[in-house]
Amino acid sequence: MSPHEWTAREIREAVAAGRVSATEICQSCLSRIDDLDRELGAFLHVDHDRVAARARDIDQWPAERRAALPLCGVPIAVKDVICVSGAPATAGSKTLETFVPPYNATVIARLQAAGAIVIGKTNCDEFAMGSSTENSAYRVTRNPWRRDAIPGGSSGGSAVAVGARMAPVALGTDTGGSVRQPAALCGVVGLKPTYGRVSRYGLIAFASSLDQIGPFSRTAHDAALVLTAIAGADPQDSTAAPEEVPDFAAALTGDVRGLTIGVPRTLLDQGVDPDILRSFDAALETLRGLGVTLTDIQLPHAQYAIPTYYLVATAEASSNLARYDGVRYGFRAPADAGTDLRRMYERTRAQGFGAEVKRRIMLGTYVLSAGYYDAYYLKAQKVRTLIRQDYVQAFERVDIVAMPTSPTPAFRIGERVNDPLQMYLADVFTVGVNLAGLPGISVPCGFTRDGLPAGLQLVGRMFDEATLLRAADAYERVTEWWKAEPAVSLSSGGPG
Amino acid sequence: MADRLTLSDVEWIASLARLALTDAEKALYTRQIGEILAYAEQVQELDTTNVPPTSHGLSRHPTDRADVARASLPREAALANAPDASLDAGLFRVPRVIGG
Repeated sequence: MSPHEWTAREIREAVAAGRVSATEICQSCLSRIDDLDRELGAFLHVDHDRVAARARDIDQWPAERRAALPLCGVPIAVKDVICVSGAPATAGSKTLETFVPPYNATVIARLQAAGAIVIGKTNCDEFAMGSSTENSAYRVTRNPWRRDAIPGGSSGGSAVAVGARMAPVALGTDTGGSVRQPAALCGVVGLKPTYGRVSRYGLIAFASSLDQIGPFSRTAHDAALVLTAIAGADPQDSTAAPEEVPDFAAALTGDVRGLTIGVPRTLLDQGVDPDILRSFDAALETLRGLGVTLTDIQLPHAQYAIPTYYLVATAEASSNLARYDGVRYGFRAPADAGTDLRRMYERTRAQGFGAEVKRRIMLGTYVLSAGYYDAYYLKAQKVRTLIRQDYVQAFERVDIVAMPTSPTPAFRIGERVNDPLQMYLADVFTVGVNLAGLPGISVPCGFTRDGLPAGLQLVGRMFDEATLLRAADAYERVTEWWKAEPAVSLSSGGPG
Repeated sequence: MADRLTLSDVEWIASLARLALTDAEKALYTRQIGEILAYAEQVQELDTTNVPPTSHGLSRHPTDRADVARASLPREAALANAPDASLDAGLFRVPRVIGG
């Protein structure tokens, strides 16, 4: 097996023990990217020289230093909304085409301190707004399981990088499902931590009360390694919580006896693909066989999660994206005769943003505007309270809430681009978790008859990622879904 | 609120949001945002009397750090990404703001 197929845990152990060099690991991943990515489109920027220089550095460190680092020599792909000092960060937007951040996001600084290597920046929906990665200004990203299907979004490039074995782990961001949904659609693990678990410093903001950075991986163990490295309080982000960060990998005992999992069964009555539902029910039975107790629960306000989310998230986005005015960074529309400052703003923003970003800025501006604030934005914030209370009540009885991650498998590229509302419905099982601030994980749990992956979503109590990871790991130990590898061709030919 | 979103509403929002939209975009957004708002209208069914709003997902008050001055980004680095900057003067350059 080539190093690009190893898990982060295997890479770290081999590099720490001196059995293989970080240079060999990176060369294996880079050549995999060279072979596949012209077709799959997971990456926006890969700097071979920079990766090689970093790997050489690590290889020259004393053996004791390498052995002490929890992610030593591990390549990680990073969604292009997260700042890596000196590397482009476009957020998938023409607006930031030339932007090169002069600082590292806190998560990047922490990963580098843990010995990891940023292998490249991955494609995503513009400013993380989308569920298919089709809103990128730069390129199409294809699902490794079927080339004419979307990879999910908005962190589609990161999901594909891990699913197609171009990197063992990746970072994405999850505002309404943007880590969990592409993880499910690409057959990998995706974790959205508790709101406040991971610093957002250096993350290009979309909706600040919902955004959270989380890992993609092939195993729960690798997700635990990355989360342990990036979590914790940060003087640069007042919302990064001071809760103690456990060694999440140490929580993976394989023993889930005594856990209770709640299933909001009435939510699953409508609109869920029958193959997805079959995989979900089979996964629940597997967990029952491991000693978990299953019980039905009610989330009475869950049906309001999508409208609530799109009122709250667009309001926050319209405010956050006001900063792109062509002055301090990013694109500025060329001046014409008589251009004044206001005209420059309006043309810059009209030319720099894509259709979905403009649509959300418009919607968010409307719901915050005089006369509509109480009816839409304030109302949505109150419904958000009800959605959150549903979960609080559920967690009095259960340890985990389980749902499918996505109601459908990956849909065809282009199928929903002209119907934004239909696109939003892809988030039906994920957005409520962001509104409530809870942690959630998606793990591979089967395939549809068409060979597309299905994801099992587990949602936990605030700051209880350890229980989610323990259940995900226990499930992996008795199933083979996570080992399935898409058949990607190594030819440089067109889409197959 | 239940009134249908109009073209002039969209022009007003675009003006607030500093977006110069084409006529085609105005027509498209009038329809699409109208549909999204009609869908979102279902939140009005819920009685939220005495329900406090939730503005963030935190379980406690955000953590304040000590109010101590620290080194910040050097001015050259802060100006490096600007589309039009005067590095000598240390300023961002913008088109005329007032007068003509």
